[in-house]
Amino acid sequence: MAQAAPSVITDEMRALVGVDGPPLTLEVEKANCRMFARAVGHTDRIFYDEDAARARGYRSIVAPPGFLGTPVFHPGAAAQGPPGAGRGYSVPYRRVLNGGTEYEYLPENGVVCAGDTITAVSRISSFEETEGSLGPMLITTRETTYTNQHGAVVAKMRGTMIQY
Amino acid sequence: MAQQAYFEDVEVGQQLPPIKITPDKQQLVKFAAGSGDFNPLHFDEKFPMLKPMGLTENIVHGRFKYAQVGRAVFAFAGYKGRVKRFGVSYRGMDLLNREITVGGVVTAKREENGEHLVDLDVWTEDAEGKKTTPGTAVVALPKRGS
Repeated sequence: MAQAAPSVITDEMRALVGVDGPPLTLEVEKANCRMFARAVGHTDRIFYDEDAARARGYRSIVAPPGFLGTPVFHPGAAAQGPPGAGRGYSVPYRRVLNGGTEYEYLPENGVVCAGDTITAVSRISSFEETEGSLGPMLITTRETTYTNQHGAVVAKMRGTMIQY
Repeated sequence: MAQQAYFEDVEVGQQLPPIKITPDKQQLVKFAAGSGDFNPLHFDEKFPMLKPMGLTENIVHGRFKYAQVGRAVFAFAGYKGRVKRFGVSYRGMDLLNREITVGGVVTAKREENGEHLVDLDVWTEDAEGKKTTPGTAVVALPKRGS
């Protein structure tokens, strides 16, 4: 691979690898579960109806796949993106693509349901540079751990961001 | 929901029932509200970032396609199964008002720590048959009589 472009990874960025970002609070509410499920087109009633969910052994409406709550919104506060997204450093690329998403669920620690409060903590696991058809790019991999109100880890997410 | 799948009955090479969707603007506006992703790239066809990309139509959220893969994987797991993990890469864009097919195939069966696990390749495919969102999933299935 030709390293034509100079590296955009600074010492400041390297120092961030593996460091936990600030915790982000996510509320799992019935209305948000329904909205997400409706947008995706789910037909299973466990995502809409509390009685149907309870009849199947869940505490309340189940958070649909890919939904782990809504960040608490504070007017006037800095925009809340995905936890730790591109903050604390800057790179000379203007365009951003979502490269991929992977969730590992830990249902044995509890299935996420309405009423849960989730704390998400993210850390950057790596920076990589490559040269693609779009030119030089920076690939940032981030891992997020989701912990519920009882201190149990209910999911882990690995996300890839591409900047070019 | 389809009948419960049991570990004994699942075969390597077995396909998931395909889900076909053609997301329109209303559906992506709903998804913006549901997911909290209000990037206008997904619902405003005059958004200035589209033009330099050569596009006159909005781009379907990667996360929307991910959630559709999740729908297929959770349907396969059924009431008694559990989804252990599912992940995708975003390899290509899909545009509004075009058909997307969500699919999957069983690649392996194994036992681990007393669980009966099924490995799957999963994807979304565009109208030309290109897999724009390929990925993998792991599902724990019940055994018959358990």
